[in-house]
Amino acid sequence: MTDSYTRFANGGLKPLVKKLGLPQPAILRRYRPGSPLTVGPVLVVSDDASAPDADAVAEVLTGWDLDVRRAADLAEGEKFGAVVLVLSGAEHPEDVSGAVLTVGGTLRRLAGNGRVVTVSRAPEPGDAPVLAAARAGVEGLVRSLGKELRGGSTANGVQLTGGAAVDSVSAVATLRFFLSAKSAYVDGQILPVGPSGTAGDVDWDQPLAGKVAVVTGAARGIGAAIARTMARDGARVVVVDVPPAGEALSAVANSVNGVALQLDVTAADAADKILAAARPLGGLDILVHNAGITRDKLLANMKADRWDSVIAVNLASQLRINARLLEEGVESLRIVSLASTSGIAGNKGQTNYGYSKAGVIGHTAATAPLVAAAGGTANAVAPGFIETEMTARIPFATRSVARMMPSLAQGGEPVDIAEAICFLASDPAVGVNGQTLRVCGQHLVGK
Amino acid sequence: MASSIPTTREAVIIGGNRIPFSRAGKKYVRTSNQDMFTAALEGLVARFGLQGERLGEVVGGAVLKNSRDFNLIRESVLGSSLAPVTPAYDLQQACGTGLEAAIAVTNKIKLGQIESAVAGGTDTISDAPIAVGDRLRRALLQANHARSTGDRVKALLPVLSHPKWLAPETPDTGEPRTGLSMGEHQAITTAKWGITREAQDEIALKSHQNLYRAWEEGFFDDLVTPFRGLSRDDNVRGDTSAEKLAKLKPVFGKSLTGEDGAPQPATMTAGNSTPLTDGASAVLFGSRDWAEERNLPVLATFVDAETAGVDFVHGHEGLLMAPVAAVPRLLTRNGLTLEDIDFFEIHEAFAATVLTTLAAWEDADYCRDELGLSGAFGKVDRSKLNVNGSSLAAGHPFAATGGRILATAAKLVHARAAETGTPARALISVCAAGGLGVTALVESA
Repeated sequence: MTDSYTRFANGGLKPLVKKLGLPQPAILRRYRPGSPLTVGPVLVVSDDASAPDADAVAEVLTGWDLDVRRAADLAEGEKFGAVVLVLSGAEHPEDVSGAVLTVGGTLRRLAGNGRVVTVSRAPEPGDAPVLAAARAGVEGLVRSLGKELRGGSTANGVQLTGGAAVDSVSAVATLRFFLSAKSAYVDGQILPVGPSGTAGDVDWDQPLAGKVAVVTGAARGIGAAIARTMARDGARVVVVDVPPAGEALSAVANSVNGVALQLDVTAADAADKILAAARPLGGLDILVHNAGITRDKLLANMKADRWDSVIAVNLASQLRINARLLEEGVESLRIVSLASTSGIAGNKGQTNYGYSKAGVIGHTAATAPLVAAAGGTANAVAPGFIETEMTARIPFATRSVARMMPSLAQGGEPVDIAEAICFLASDPAVGVNGQTLRVCGQHLVGK
Repeated sequence: MASSIPTTREAVIIGGNRIPFSRAGKKYVRTSNQDMFTAALEGLVARFGLQGERLGEVVGGAVLKNSRDFNLIRESVLGSSLAPVTPAYDLQQACGTGLEAAIAVTNKIKLGQIESAVAGGTDTISDAPIAVGDRLRRALLQANHARSTGDRVKALLPVLSHPKWLAPETPDTGEPRTGLSMGEHQAITTAKWGITREAQDEIALKSHQNLYRAWEEGFFDDLVTPFRGLSRDDNVRGDTSAEKLAKLKPVFGKSLTGEDGAPQPATMTAGNSTPLTDGASAVLFGSRDWAEERNLPVLATFVDAETAGVDFVHGHEGLLMAPVAAVPRLLTRNGLTLEDIDFFEIHEAFAATVLTTLAAWEDADYCRDELGLSGAFGKVDRSKLNVNGSSLAAGHPFAATGGRILATAAKLVHARAAETGTPARALISVCAAGGLGVTALVESA
């Protein structure tokens, strides 16, 4: 559901909006099964040292039936759907200028909803200062480029860590996610990707086929969208929400051929109930900690119940459930938790919420190695301003301003969060671990 | 188990679902029986992931039905997420409807005719049928069959001269053969057995306290799905007390006299009588194989059932006393006594119904003369009675009560058996209009 300003700015008054210098949010292209991966040909560019990696990337893209170009020439009227800038071999900041400027030269010929994706290496402890600079610089390039792009185009980066190969399955899956319409509201983000196996036979259309996923807080909003998207990607879904939300919850369950579990996630036996509910479907593979509440109040006016209930639902429940699942030794468990940009940049009146969401980011990083021991991952997604029933209650003026803050100049949709979660929960993304991926349209504030 | 029961396979109870029960005229005012039963089914489908599944049969009914509800259960199935190739039929046995539906489907499962089934029921007082009087109905039908305008006018003319014919007939709980309401019938039985006001109020208080506690403990989290903004039974009072119940004025038996012609004290109040209620319930059954193939939980087996009727028309027996006769037959056939039962689920049409039932079983003369037993049938341990509340607190949407009780009983025996490691049994007893009683035996599986 596009907000009314975005509709207005893309309607008959589009020229006026441009003339007045008003924000120009684009209608974002979102994933539909069967639709092309990108909106046009894909250019692969690299510095000299990264040429072998660029060749490998180009081969992967060609394997996806994309129209892959290695030169920036275009026929009359043709536009690039995406540009992949491979800098993974760059060893000196002065080495990258040619490749970067080539990309710059293509930007005016980048189609609406186009993509710029960098592939680079993360600075590692022990890097020489020159190497560290070459690697770290990419992040600033991506974040700045995200702010420069127009028409719903985005810039993101795959950041290889721990010697991960450029054509390893997780690097490839991350590249594909950034290129696709599934990342419509992800902009200006660098996602570290660790080593993983090679990309064999990945079913990109049904990446969650055969998986059993549990989604908490799934009766409405983002949780319901996660359940629907997981089902679309092939998972059997157990949807969880508090008993009073049961009517909406059962409707969601029945719409995704799933199972409804009426459960308060703060209950002491919540993890056991979740395991029991997933067992008939084949056992728990994916857990999405989406349940969350807000009880906003300035800290000066904060009462204990408001602080405590937010911490209990948004943070303590996740910790208790994760601890129990680790104790049970669930194999290859994929955990994705909902953080928030409020946990990164903070938000007035949300000390409780901000604490809980920053806490989620913290425990996700700490949980990652623990689940990795049994082949699992723990990641988080930090939504920015998402159009839901919850944010619809924010006063109109505040809401309108919040929508204009990101580079994409609009709020995201619940499905944008769902797509990111489904990506992180998929088998090919196994090399992405302990990360918090922002899905915020590149919100102005925070890293 | 007694050898008189032919060997068949088991019918197991997998789980149940109902909507919160609501006092008549409140939350479900604009809700039909079909809406409510469909909601109960949808919650059940969601709980057990049965979308698109072809079940063996869905059976249920409603006591009060509008003429549009002729194929109520089938229509509900068609409006649900179950496969439309799931057959269904309506059945009605007054307040015994829900439990009788369970007997019907479990017998088919036991015989191997079907693998899975849902039994349940629904009733609404808020959307009850209103009928026109017989004289107006005849006039309307005659006008409908008339071939000319003249004949049509002629058929309708008597209506104009008899405006009273236009008065609608609303359903009530009066017995067609005696004209007495169910409450007045029970009041006669209550007085006959000398049941006190205090004893009745105590049953009512326990019912509210137990049901309220069960809600607070989350017992109904996997038995009830909220509906139309209601997430709990709205009749239950966690804060009621003996004092509050004692203040209520009697509503039934106000003109009863003893054998000497002296007036008898009226003891039945709105507090110890079940309120008129709207609601629906559904219970999922299967063969053990069917449940295990789908990894569905198996809470209990539906062991056996027995129905009874009593001659209340000639005043020989109380209207709601039929379960008193059914239960001894049921338990004896299964080689059991009251001592072998862990949970007694005795439907509280009125608190006094429960008490007269218990009193009758304890009365050696009655058991000998009326039930043909050698002596008193036995005493029910009150700590095992309606431990998570019953109809006085939850309310009683007639056909939905059987399903409510069955799902509760199945969950109780399952939990008890898991806790103690030994099998647990529940006895279910439901009295019904027309002098009927439907009873069943459930055992942990």
